[in-house]
Amino acid sequence: MTSYHFNVSPILLVDLSLLTMLLLVAVAMLRSRHLFAVVMLSGIYSLLSAAFFVSLDAVDVAFTEAAVGAGVSTVLMLAGMLLTARREKPLEPRRVPIARLAVFATGAALIYATIDMPAFGDPNAPANSYVGQAYVEETPGDIAVPNIVTAVLASYRGFDTLGETLVIFTAGLAVILLLGVGSARGGREVSDIDEEET
Amino acid sequence: MFAAATAAIIIAMTLALVRAFAGPSLYDRVLAGNSFGTKTVLLIGLMGFLTGRPDFLDIALLYALINFAATIAILRFFSYRTPKGTPAEPRSAQSGGGEA
Repeated sequence: MTSYHFNVSPILLVDLSLLTMLLLVAVAMLRSRHLFAVVMLSGIYSLLSAAFFVSLDAVDVAFTEAAVGAGVSTVLMLAGMLLTARREKPLEPRRVPIARLAVFATGAALIYATIDMPAFGDPNAPANSYVGQAYVEETPGDIAVPNIVTAVLASYRGFDTLGETLVIFTAGLAVILLLGVGSARGGREVSDIDEEET
Repeated sequence: MFAAATAAIIIAMTLALVRAFAGPSLYDRVLAGNSFGTKTVLLIGLMGFLTGRPDFLDIALLYALINFAATIAILRFFSYRTPKGTPAEPRSAQSGGGEA
């Protein structure tokens, strides 16, 4: 009983502090009106969630989150911000309750849905029992790839991944066309401190 | 030992967060984001050692690469302008290139 506090694993404490920081960053993003600060904070949010994914052993998801969330989408949002405004418009007060209602209803529905979820690492969960079990058993014999996720993505579902790559390539082309080719090497003059403030 | 180092890294992450929240100028926030990325790399490396699987060190290295490239990409957008009211710093020759 005396050693109870020492049984808390350090990884749990790391997870707790990562989630706390995620919450703080999310609140700060909501409250800030400087769009540049919001973009930087969303990059930090992606880095934090990538670290959290690593602690959940989802290394591939963490890779994607760090590359797309912290890298590509930060740059894309900056490019978009330079084309529009640097500060968010103040909200119309009469539209606030509807938006707040929608957000809270969605959040409550999502939290309600987590009640049905199987426990973390449950061997009888649908994700682990049928197809997942087969992948775990067959992969070492079928494909000489030690990482099962890689084997599933690149071999078992190879055509699916090819289609996804095509979709992402098309989306990237569309974004480049929208933002303009020159925007990437612009070096435009920008500051998140407004003239009237100073 | 690793736990103490992890705690120190998390405190450093919190400090970087404070700078990202408060930082009045654009440059403060870019720097906070960059140093937060570095702290994430260190944290992932340490978490590998905490769980007894240092294989994650490779991942931490890749994160360092991504973080570096992202910071360069962000900075490419700006020729940094000092806000009014603060003493103007001398500009280097490169920073004036994109001005209209």
